Amino acid sequence: MTATPAIPASFDEARPRGGLLAGLLSSDMPRSRALSFILIAIVLVLALTPFLFSGSQPLSTAAKICVFIVLVASYDLLLGYSGIVSFAHTMFFGIGGYGIAIGLEKLGADWGSAAIGLVAALCTSAILAIAIGLLSLRVRAIFFSMITLAVASAMAVLASQMSGITGGEDGLSFQLPYALRPAFRPFAEPVFGVMINGRIVAYYLLFFVAMGMFLLMLRIVNSPFGRVLQAIRENEFRAEALGYRVVAYRTAASVISALAATVAGALLALWLRYNGPDTTLSFAIMIDILLMVVIGGMGTMYGAIIGAALFVLAQSYLQVLMEAGSKALAGIPLLPNLIHPDRWLLWLGALFVISVYAFPGGIVGRLRQGKRN
Amino acid sequence: MSEPLLRLQDVHTHIGPYHILHGVTCDIPAGQLTMLLGRNGAGKTTTLRTIMGLWRASSGSIRFDGRDITRCSTPSVAQGGIAYVPESMAIFTDLTVRENIVLAARSGPVDSARLDWMLGLFPALKRFWNLPAGNLSGGQKQMLAIARAIAEPRRLLLVDEPTKGLAPVMVRSMIEAFRALKEAGETILLVEQNFYAASALGDNVLVMDDGRIVHSGAMSDLVADQALQQRLLGLSLDAHQ
Amino acid sequence: MTDITAETTAPTELPRTKTDWMPLALVPALALLALPFIGSPSAWVTLTVAGLAMGMMIFLMASGLTLVFGLMDIINFGHGVFISLGAYATLLVLGPLAGWGAADSVGLNLALLLLCIVTAMAVTGIVGAVFERVIVRPVYGSHLKQILVTMGGLIVTEQAIHALWGASPIPIRLPETLRGAFVIGDIVMERYRVVAVGIGLLVFLGMQLLLNRTRIGLLIRAGVENPEMVEALGYRIRRLFVSVFVAGSALAGLGGVMWAFYRQTLTAGMGMEVMVLVFIVIIIGGLGSVGGCFVGSILVALVANYVGFLAPKLALISNILVMALVLIWRPQGLFPVARR
Repeated sequence: MTATPAIPASFDEARPRGGLLAGLLSSDMPRSRALSFILIAIVLVLALTPFLFSGSQPLSTAAKICVFIVLVASYDLLLGYSGIVSFAHTMFFGIGGYGIAIGLEKLGADWGSAAIGLVAALCTSAILAIAIGLLSLRVRAIFFSMITLAVASAMAVLASQMSGITGGEDGLSFQLPYALRPAFRPFAEPVFGVMINGRIVAYYLLFFVAMGMFLLMLRIVNSPFGRVLQAIRENEFRAEALGYRVVAYRTAASVISALAATVAGALLALWLRYNGPDTTLSFAIMIDILLMVVIGGMGTMYGAIIGAALFVLAQSYLQVLMEAGSKALAGIPLLPNLIHPDRWLLWLGALFVISVYAFPGGIVGRLRQGKRN
Repeated sequence: MSEPLLRLQDVHTHIGPYHILHGVTCDIPAGQLTMLLGRNGAGKTTTLRTIMGLWRASSGSIRFDGRDITRCSTPSVAQGGIAYVPESMAIFTDLTVRENIVLAARSGPVDSARLDWMLGLFPALKRFWNLPAGNLSGGQKQMLAIARAIAEPRRLLLVDEPTKGLAPVMVRSMIEAFRALKEAGETILLVEQNFYAASALGDNVLVMDDGRIVHSGAMSDLVADQALQQRLLGLSLDAHQ
Repeated sequence: MTDITAETTAPTELPRTKTDWMPLALVPALALLALPFIGSPSAWVTLTVAGLAMGMMIFLMASGLTLVFGLMDIINFGHGVFISLGAYATLLVLGPLAGWGAADSVGLNLALLLLCIVTAMAVTGIVGAVFERVIVRPVYGSHLKQILVTMGGLIVTEQAIHALWGASPIPIRLPETLRGAFVIGDIVMERYRVVAVGIGLLVFLGMQLLLNRTRIGLLIRAGVENPEMVEALGYRIRRLFVSVFVAGSALAGLGGVMWAFYRQTLTAGMGMEVMVLVFIVIIIGGLGSVGGCFVGSILVALVANYVGFLAPKLALISNILVMALVLIWRPQGLFPVARR
């Protein structure tokens, strides 16, 4: 594999850009041995989860990681590559979820309804993203952040109030197309000792769509369009002076990112067979996305994979660890409270703050730097 | 001879990636009006801002009244007795004329004799005393900016292009005001593009080019020497007649 | 050029003083406009008082934020946590002094409220100073980092509140005599709301006096417009900024206390919930303008209350709409602050 270069670092840079892998990754290599190793490990584990672990918990964790890879990468496109801080990302995530949920619930559990729901969601997202972009990307960055926050929270309230369509606070539960249901058995015999069922089919649908979306976004940020976005991020006035229409580029970035978030929302809804305000629209998820993108590494794309994997694992398993620690410290005032399993976010928050100061490139930046030294 | 009021020694200033001042060395003697001339981009404004500590000198030294102020923060430079009138004038438009002056007098109320003297220099300010400074015309704003600098006695005034964009009639009254300030014994370093104004006022002259002082001497010598003018200032002479 | 020459030819002409009445007229116009829709005058009075009370609370929470922004070009997305913190700080007082709240004495009740306010302002002021030092100071100049890092500060502080006071909502009781309502004819005004309006007005007047009549106020106003020039006049703007940041945090704490008694439930997220309105208010008012913040707060709260009465589902959307309309009318907000 060329992604684990055994050759000296300088050689790595000079290697001719080509080959299948370079093509897949749009010549944007991880550029660090440790990073390549971690990425390959994550992707391999994700690809083989149904065969490596038994039970539904690991599979759900892996599915969640896949969804968040897309969601976080799409946010990185906005934050890391375009320098836009939007708090409306969960809104698009939610639209995707509701698109699938409403489609499958109202139109019947088949692929056609899912497609109609998804397309409707994508259109809604695109229109909203264009509207927000045109209205507020010309104002100062800080205004934009505040406006997106306000719009997103208004949308969340609206979604929970239009209970006739969205199911309100309770959300919508729905049936999946037959091929994705647990009862579906494509093979009569177990494959590598695992009986393939509709859940596993659904998982692979998520996995491959997520990887496809990720590679697509990697391609976008490495395209001429992506370079212009970065030029705008670095110096808006210079880019404008060079003749680039800054608002148009930024709006386009917002739309692409919104569409990808919509797909992520659709995937999550397919996996959960449910969508509600708390699973896709809440501000808490927005904060999670921020944590993932910053800790993973802004403006690196690969940071999305690492951030999502780390965060979802922490969410699922760090609490177990902390519970043990908390019990061990029982009796000491306050300290058990601080490592109470519910306080895991406290520590990730602290890590987040330290990330912004000390290593703005997040884990990916850190690993790449380590290689250079 | 004792040390001049202000002495710059080989001052270099970088702004971001740009090297603006390439070793400025000059003396500003007390009680005189020194003109700082030079074409656009020569580094005049940067020199003033570096003295004020608004840009940090990357090397060299600035001594004011025998004290090294190179590394001083802007407020302590100002507290040391240097007043600054930037090119943008930077008056506070939301504040009234009175409030602008009150703010400039750090140590308390302006004493009435000084106030009368100041308003004598700039009578227009008296009329607009309690109006927001934003309502003033360009020339009046410039007057307010200078009045603010002299609201309390200061050791040195740094004034950046006070006649820029003003109508001829305003330029003349500005020159009168500076003449009066000179007579009152103020030490002034005045950046000017307008050679007419400069030659009417200056005791000494410094000419900058490309981040360096390329000439320093008495104003009268420069006025007398046409060839030197031509060499140092080139076209800028004619452009501002 | 032309106006300068005009000035020299007609020197006696005074420059006009622009008083911007339009945004100020917006509030009574809105209130009057709502009257026919609501129909019953008594309901209208109740709603208007409720709106004013809510507006005052939002103003308390927003004013500090807008000043900090104006003065140092720093936006604190974690401001909401001071609201929550102020609300939780009331527990420090309400616990030991529960008797004062239960007593049927206006004096004791108000003293308790006052004590809550003082405690909350002290706590949020101190935490604000730490927040400024640890979270905000290293990221001057970069808005992107400011937004991120203050968000991080919000997460950590919110979690710290959970660690200290637990994660479940805590009910609190309004002091006895502040419960219930004043009834005049068929007009019903909840007592606590009237008190909230009073406190809000007092703080607003106090701020106006401070800003317009004192040297520190002059410095703040000047600093909002041109911090560099304030330094060049010999003032240390850093010190000024830290005090405004601390005062802004303390005001958020005060707003938090008022908000807590209004909701009578404490949650760590309550600050962030109301921050949405605070942001809308700051945008409407014009970043950095205290007067705009005041008008914006009342406007937003009145709209929220009227629409909440007429079409409850549209309450929050209506505020987005108000914001959009104001921005179309005046892209810099109602009272744009002149900058540099």
